[in-house]
Amino acid sequence: MAESQFVYVTFIRTTPEKLWQALTEPEFTRKFWVDTVQECEWKPGASWKLMAPDGRVADAGQVVEIDPPRKLVLTWQNHLFPEMTAEGFSRMTYELEAKGETVKLTLTHTIEKSDSKLIKGVAGGWPMILASLKSLLETGEPLEGTSTWPKGI
Amino acid sequence: MSADVDKVFKALAAPERRVLLDRLRADNGQTLGQLCAHLDMTRQAVTKHLNLLEEANLVAVVRRGREKLHYLNPMPIHEIAERWIDKYERGRLRALAELKKRLEGENHG
Repeated sequence: MAESQFVYVTFIRTTPEKLWQALTEPEFTRKFWVDTVQECEWKPGASWKLMAPDGRVADAGQVVEIDPPRKLVLTWQNHLFPEMTAEGFSRMTYELEAKGETVKLTLTHTIEKSDSKLIKGVAGGWPMILASLKSLLETGEPLEGTSTWPKGI
Repeated sequence: MSADVDKVFKALAAPERRVLLDRLRADNGQTLGQLCAHLDMTRQAVTKHLNLLEEANLVAVVRRGREKLHYLNPMPIHEIAERWIDKYERGRLRALAELKKRLEGENHG
């Protein structure tokens, strides 16, 4: 199948509203998402950018679907690594579902291409970011090493 | 949360289930039929093991039309590693693991 995809699921003790806020508001996201800032108006068709702390665009795309606090779909192209940029747009989806005292967060990242470098790259990065997001919401503190941009990138 | 950790360790304690995770690592997003095709297990046994893996959140299931696709979910293992491995140890541990792999050859168990 000419597709690369991964699906990551984590359960976080919080509410869908708080998790949505943590995923979209800069004051939260920069704490667990290596000091990056998302620039987006959070409405269908709006442009979306993930900015590195030095002002470079790391990734960019558009809001395809937005249904707070349940679902967000973005198109996503990497801008930092030429071989990934050349792969074009991937698609990233967050789905939030309340389950008892927790929220099930499902993250899906797909591209219509086999052996994608972009998917391999983000698949390696997301576990750390998601674990830090969980820590931030459950304990008030993100995980060490996720609040600063990685050296040399 | 400790009940969830128990589920993860129990799910990982069976060699058949580790084989299923290895299969998904090699080729993510397989249907039950695809997983059964290359394994010496009955369909019922594979279904049972997949259910346990899903309950432990080690496998995530996505529906596509009439198909159920199974994906390896590394989050619980990552969370366990976070609990006991300090970030400063990670680089050295990886170097040691690489060395072991090179000296012994790839070894699954």
